[in-house]
Amino acid sequence: MKTDKIRKATLHVNQNEGLIFEKSSPGKKAYSLPPLDVPEVDAARLLGPQARQDLGHMPEVSEIEIIRHFTRLSTWNYGVDTGMYPLGSCTMKYNPRVNEFVARLPELAEAHPYQPEKLSQGTLRIMQTLSDCLLEICGMDAVTLQPAAGAHGELTGILLVRAWLQSQGNPRKKILIPDSAHGTNPATAAIAGYEIEHLKSNALGMVDLDALRAQLNEDVAALMLTNPNTLGVFEGEINRIAGMLHEKGALLYMDGANMNALVGKTRPGDNGVDVMHLNLHKTFSTPHGGGGPGAGPVLCKKILEPFLPTPVIEIAGDGKFRLNYDRPQSIGRVRAFYGNFGMLVRALAYILANGPDGLRQTTEDAVLGANYLRKRLEGVYDLPYKTPSMHEVVFSDRLQAAKGVKTGDIGKRLIDYGFYAYTVSFPLIVHGAMMIEPTESESKEELDLFVEALRSIAEECEQTPELVTNAPHHTRISRLDEVTAARKPVLRWKPGEQARSAAE
Amino acid sequence: MAYPNEYKYTKEHEWIKVEGKLGIVGITHHAQEALGDIVFVELPKVGAEIQAGKTFGTVESVKAVSDLYAPASGVVTEVNTELTTAPEKINQDAHQAWMIKVQLKNPADVNALLSAADYEKFLQEEGA
Amino acid sequence: MRYLPKSPSDRAAMLQEIGVRSVADLFSQIPPTARLQRDLNLPPAKSEAEIVEWFRQRALENGNHYTVCLGAGAYHHYRPVIIDSLISRGEFFTAYTPYQPEISQGTLQAIFEFQTMICELTGMEVANASMYDGSTAATEAVLMARRITGRDGVVVARSVHPEYREVLRAYAKNQGVSIAECGFGQNGRVDPAAIGQAITGATACVLIQSPNFFGTVEDVEAMAEVVHKKGALLVVAVAEAVSLGALRPPVEADIVALEAQAFGVPLGYGGPYAGVVATKEKFVRQMPGRLVGETRDKQGRRGFVLTLATREQHIRREKATSNICTNQALIALMATVFMIVYGKEGLKELARHNLAKTAYAVERFRKAGATVLFEGAPRFNEFVVQTKADPYRINDRLLESHILGGFPVLKKFYPELGAGHFALWCCTELVSREAIDYAAETIRTTA
Repeated sequence: MKTDKIRKATLHVNQNEGLIFEKSSPGKKAYSLPPLDVPEVDAARLLGPQARQDLGHMPEVSEIEIIRHFTRLSTWNYGVDTGMYPLGSCTMKYNPRVNEFVARLPELAEAHPYQPEKLSQGTLRIMQTLSDCLLEICGMDAVTLQPAAGAHGELTGILLVRAWLQSQGNPRKKILIPDSAHGTNPATAAIAGYEIEHLKSNALGMVDLDALRAQLNEDVAALMLTNPNTLGVFEGEINRIAGMLHEKGALLYMDGANMNALVGKTRPGDNGVDVMHLNLHKTFSTPHGGGGPGAGPVLCKKILEPFLPTPVIEIAGDGKFRLNYDRPQSIGRVRAFYGNFGMLVRALAYILANGPDGLRQTTEDAVLGANYLRKRLEGVYDLPYKTPSMHEVVFSDRLQAAKGVKTGDIGKRLIDYGFYAYTVSFPLIVHGAMMIEPTESESKEELDLFVEALRSIAEECEQTPELVTNAPHHTRISRLDEVTAARKPVLRWKPGEQARSAAE
Repeated sequence: MAYPNEYKYTKEHEWIKVEGKLGIVGITHHAQEALGDIVFVELPKVGAEIQAGKTFGTVESVKAVSDLYAPASGVVTEVNTELTTAPEKINQDAHQAWMIKVQLKNPADVNALLSAADYEKFLQEEGA
Repeated sequence: MRYLPKSPSDRAAMLQEIGVRSVADLFSQIPPTARLQRDLNLPPAKSEAEIVEWFRQRALENGNHYTVCLGAGAYHHYRPVIIDSLISRGEFFTAYTPYQPEISQGTLQAIFEFQTMICELTGMEVANASMYDGSTAATEAVLMARRITGRDGVVVARSVHPEYREVLRAYAKNQGVSIAECGFGQNGRVDPAAIGQAITGATACVLIQSPNFFGTVEDVEAMAEVVHKKGALLVVAVAEAVSLGALRPPVEADIVALEAQAFGVPLGYGGPYAGVVATKEKFVRQMPGRLVGETRDKQGRRGFVLTLATREQHIRREKATSNICTNQALIALMATVFMIVYGKEGLKELARHNLAKTAYAVERFRKAGATVLFEGAPRFNEFVVQTKADPYRINDRLLESHILGGFPVLKKFYPELGAGHFALWCCTELVSREAIDYAAETIRTTA
């Protein structure tokens, strides 16, 4: 170990493992198919020129090799189950196990999306119940569960705005986006066919009302606002902002990525927000899965309801749930079928487990944790904005940069201390940003270990900066050559390459 | 770093060398340093029209993309295809790694751009 | 609340450290007028047993143990149990996106293996780490073709899944993309000549699906020839991934948009599934979604890393190839395990079982007096059945024996089928001979 100050993590023997193709050998098998109970067919005869000759270099391995392969790979990962992810705006909270259990109930997990409605009353009721809960949490009138992720929800929401404006005669041309916004916001606006105009933040890191007033005109369709913003600051003027937009016939879109600071305390719909999305894989505890799946429900006010994606769930006269496809003003579909149903089940289980008190307490603990970290790290790292933080806090590497250490380096050194890095270099308005969100899932012990780690690293930046600039040191591999990976991309394994083991 | 006197420069960190009616364009040493390791360059096709002050392509590092701004207007006559497979040449010698050659609409316009001395002063003021 | 690991004394100590009296002080930046002044009107917290019971009741309202003869974009295949054992490991399913590669090599290597196998199966040179599903993958593939060619038109075969076409329409509307539809012929296939007629100088690409919505295999080679001659790109959507075990891969396509659900992903009432965009190397910089590349660390050790990130939203923002951020990584991992479990021989055998069941069903349904459409072309595991009786009535009778019959909604999507009763049937390896015999008999005896 390069340092004995690290209490949370230590080195341990971990297994090497090559690519599965490097273990493949003809004749090994891991599958078993029952004998065919119908006559055999000659695929070549049946399919003619459409028949496949062979499956190339698909692997042939045994079951135990597969179990060991993926078990070993998993040990090279970090997870919420391992320890804290301080990633700002990601809300890496605990993924409750009961959510996994209920999502796997066979009648739910094996339901075909096109099975008759009378056999889908359970799945439809789950979607309706979740819808009702989300409407109550957000203070909105209508909802769609179709979008598969936050960005997908953003697109759906902006398409709703567009459809509404179109129905008024003019879809307009521009979307205003604060300079602190997540990259998906401008990307979404572009896909929805809008131009993007940036809105500067003021010295407190919030929307500059004068700038907004100056830029607001009848070409503006909407403002995409994240609240609290990516600095973790609550946009106190949100009602005024909504008023200004509505006066010009524009709408207020809220990016709900930071809802973990608001649930049970305030409702976007009560404060002028017309349409918003939620990230169920953030606020509502569904697992990140190494990059997905998520779910991005969109909630809106009554005026946008007619434009919701098709189908919508309705309760018929006899109390049964049904899917209504007869929606002439709908924007259409943003994906096949109804949504990432499995994630909807998990989110609902989370809401049912918490109830109103649990959800409110969750929000309080999330904000408590962030403020605790802020207090204990103030002075150790530069705090560019002094405005109070909600569920996340943004520091910068300014003090450490004097020694040549950047935010990315500090993040990588955290890995040696047994943590995952915080969000590096975002939001863009803070140079050298260190964006930290602990969530409510961290015990005081874990938070204190995190503070200890960052304080120790700050000392290292002073005394032995190379330790930080060359971190991590304790992982299986150290910093990778991302330049060559981008200049000469190798995006698949090819046969005939030297079978090099991963632990050379 | 010595900035060649026979080149002219822009505040967006491009250089241009005029040979008669032909303008040869690249990015400055300062630019490549700020970008870090360059992984990809997107350049216009031969025959494309470019306009002074407007973007004519992009240059990428691992984590960032920067627009390339045309120092002068004209038609692209040649593109440095070497940079497609070896963008690192820009990092190695930015003032030799030309990107495009342009048949200039108005060669005299280039005189209004920054001289090497002016560009170096500009860099100092920027706190480079 | 059992998900909150702080005791009252912990909270008190933290408040003291911060220097406020109560947690309410930390919310003072929310103006009083903006605050919610009441409790949320939600059901009170449930214990774990109550949660399980609540969802069990919902499960009962659905019912189970049906023989599923429904396909239409979501396929019922056997899921080897090791898929769930492995993806349930906390280091896989509670992991974040692998932006810090040093501590994410498990996720990254698994994605690299996924990308490799998708290429092997589809005949493409590069594949991404997943899109939301097949419908959005097909849509993003069309938008990609548009970026590559600089043209705004797309010709779409009507034999592409109706919901995929709806998604394309919803996205295309706002991007100035014009869509022309091309019908299918007597054999259920799209005629390459008809497609050729529909292509103009403004056509970026042609979108077909193979096997198509009716289960019929398109002639990708002939299609590609016509499409390429006219200077457009060919996008092939694949909704039934298991078909790749028996059918020649669409190597002549420029872009393949795959739905990976058939590879060990539960039907799950429609999601989460996983789409994939795969293409030729020359188009890689126009691809949407994450890509994992192989590289080395400073000590020369092989490792994997997210690469070509400048295409993506977090860097390129409004000029990104897509707005996608969160994808379907864990679902792709399920598919990865499935593809490895079956492997080179198993995928072939599995596909053959599907062919055999379907061939048997087609024969039995014919003998029962139904007409099976589109005989002039090969099919995989789906087929369209025309019956004298209304398919809803047939399906109601089949339900009594726990069989979910064919998709009865064809007429709404395909009025060009004309008068008559039609249903789309799917026979995977999980449909027993007994169920097929019973279904045939039910068709025969339903008036």
